[in-house]
Amino acid sequence: MSRTTLEFAVGRNPEMGPDGLPARSPLAPFDLPEPDFGTEHMLINIGPQHPATHGVLRLVCELDGETVKSVMPDIGYLHSSFEKLGEYRTWNQIVTLTDRMDYLAPLIYNCAYVMSVEKLMGIEVTERCTVVRVILMELDRIFSHLLWLGTTAIDVGAFTPFLYAFQERERIYRLHESLTGARITTSATRIGGMMADLPEGWIEGLEDFLDTFPNTLAEIDSLLTTNQIHIGRTQGVGAISAADAINYGFTGANLRAAGVDYDVRKDRPYYDYETYEFAVPVGEHGDCYDRYLCRMEEMRQTVSILRQAIARLPDGPINVEDPNISLPSKTDCMSDMESMIHHFKLIMEGIPAPEGDCYMAVEGSKGELGMYVVAEEGGTKPVRWRIRPPSFVNLSVIPKLAEGHLVSDLIMINASLDIVLGEIDR
Amino acid sequence: MTERAQGGLERPPAGGQAGAAGVPAAGAFDAVDYGPVPSEPAPPPRGAFLGQPSDHPSVQALVAGFGDAVVGHRVSAGDQHVVWIDPAKNLEILGWLRDDPEHRYDMMSDVTGVDYGGGRPVEVVYQMFSTVHKRALRVRCRLSLEALEIASVVSLWQCANWLEREVYDLFGVTFTGHPDLRRILMPYDYEEGHPLRKDFPLRGRFSRAEQTRRALNQRVERFYRPQDLAHEGMLPQEVAAVGPGTRGKGQGGER
Repeated sequence: MSRTTLEFAVGRNPEMGPDGLPARSPLAPFDLPEPDFGTEHMLINIGPQHPATHGVLRLVCELDGETVKSVMPDIGYLHSSFEKLGEYRTWNQIVTLTDRMDYLAPLIYNCAYVMSVEKLMGIEVTERCTVVRVILMELDRIFSHLLWLGTTAIDVGAFTPFLYAFQERERIYRLHESLTGARITTSATRIGGMMADLPEGWIEGLEDFLDTFPNTLAEIDSLLTTNQIHIGRTQGVGAISAADAINYGFTGANLRAAGVDYDVRKDRPYYDYETYEFAVPVGEHGDCYDRYLCRMEEMRQTVSILRQAIARLPDGPINVEDPNISLPSKTDCMSDMESMIHHFKLIMEGIPAPEGDCYMAVEGSKGELGMYVVAEEGGTKPVRWRIRPPSFVNLSVIPKLAEGHLVSDLIMINASLDIVLGEIDR
Repeated sequence: MTERAQGGLERPPAGGQAGAAGVPAAGAFDAVDYGPVPSEPAPPPRGAFLGQPSDHPSVQALVAGFGDAVVGHRVSAGDQHVVWIDPAKNLEILGWLRDDPEHRYDMMSDVTGVDYGGGRPVEVVYQMFSTVHKRALRVRCRLSLEALEIASVVSLWQCANWLEREVYDLFGVTFTGHPDLRRILMPYDYEEGHPLRKDFPLRGRFSRAEQTRRALNQRVERFYRPQDLAHEGMLPQEVAAVGPGTRGKGQGGER
């Protein structure tokens, strides 16, 4: 396994503790303790409708002057009860619910869900399907990181990276659209395969994107990585130690920025990820700046994974050849009575599952995305469908991260966690 | 249930006339509209999936070290080991799994609940992973509906804080020793119960009209909970009360 520790020729802020311990904010100008004026703390309310909360999130902050004493996140404004709805839907019908949760990386959710159901049922998908899903998941990792990059840059006052990032995202939107017909609500996967094979020319479109995307990324990199304003706003802000990061449940780039070498693709490999050559970026300070570096490097590694996947994409069927799982072709349905009946029964009854439960974790764009399904013998609907939401757990750390920082740092910390409220509230 | 549905994984070979025979099962069309149907008791696990505790070092050690407190074990989905433990000893066993150098399950990936319905016990599920030994283990506790109570593991893993709050909110399981056991996804004063329980109807217990009426009669200040921030020197801030006269207009039929 190849791992890289990130080192950039950027001086650390001298106020930053050596082992990543939370230090005073670089924007707090004086080392002297503030005199006690006997003032009261103030309770202010950020959100739920506020652009800097990146969704419908409400943060109730207790402030002493401009210093955050404590933060109480209040969530649930987007609660749609997807898990309850899933109990009333057949296995394949649930796919449409999954992309509505993390609308910033819908394909990762589509794939993670069907992977867990397939593992429960013991279905081996075809080799082509495996590689196609790897391509889609990695593509959406870039898709999600680009949105995080753009919006986070805006939060520290840099507007240009937002425009660059969204221009690149638009190209991924077009790839989504040509593959599935939808830009966000993709619903591209089915149990045992995909909704459809890759359309003609799609791989060429993806290659075209991969050819120019690294240039844009390098451009954004040159705007932010050594930018003094960006460094001042991110270094030493919201730092967490490695042991705390594990204990508080951080996963994904947030955890790796704290120096913990944990990537689901390497540590619990699925879909032959162990055969792809890529490095896992690991930070050391656990602050907002290291989270930024980790995600930037992850995008570069993802480009490399995508190239490898394209090179090994095999021909062959995309769906498993099992009439109890895969639908017959549309041509057969329209010309053959048995296929029509077969299609009808599969749609109306669904696929029976064996009794048991299955937890399948994938490396989502926000962290470890787990799908836990529980089925009863022959059940065509889940008894329980649970999403282990990475941003939900990541957000729960914010009271610890923000304590003692300024309100403006709270905005930066919140942005650096890369949350998506659709998934937190589900 | 049709014959095919009972067949489970034993599917006919590819290319057969599968699906052409059989009668649609009762309830096959109830994708959304039907309420929850209490399911029949689950049959015993299929032999093919029963594994040996010796396949997983932690399971082996648990059986050897805790004896009767380990009440069950199976291998699910091919290679995933599940252990059922006595809920009264969850803190002791999970703490041992976290701290023992041979096991070191330092990452609590997930805490969640499962309700099978039909009066069967609600289960609390812990998904654990060891970043040291790269091993996963799933621990489950059965809680009878009369005593939905279990010790909180927040003292061991801070990440369990919100996860347990969510299980409390959606399943009604009380976690003793939890520092801040409040609802999290549903409103603080939600009165209809615990939505992920099987006896909870999909559209909620109250009618649409009743839900609207209650929503319009809410007082805004109840969403500010200064008592949660009970620090010294901080005065709770009173939000200007919005009179019921302005909020309750919907009752008159304007909407």
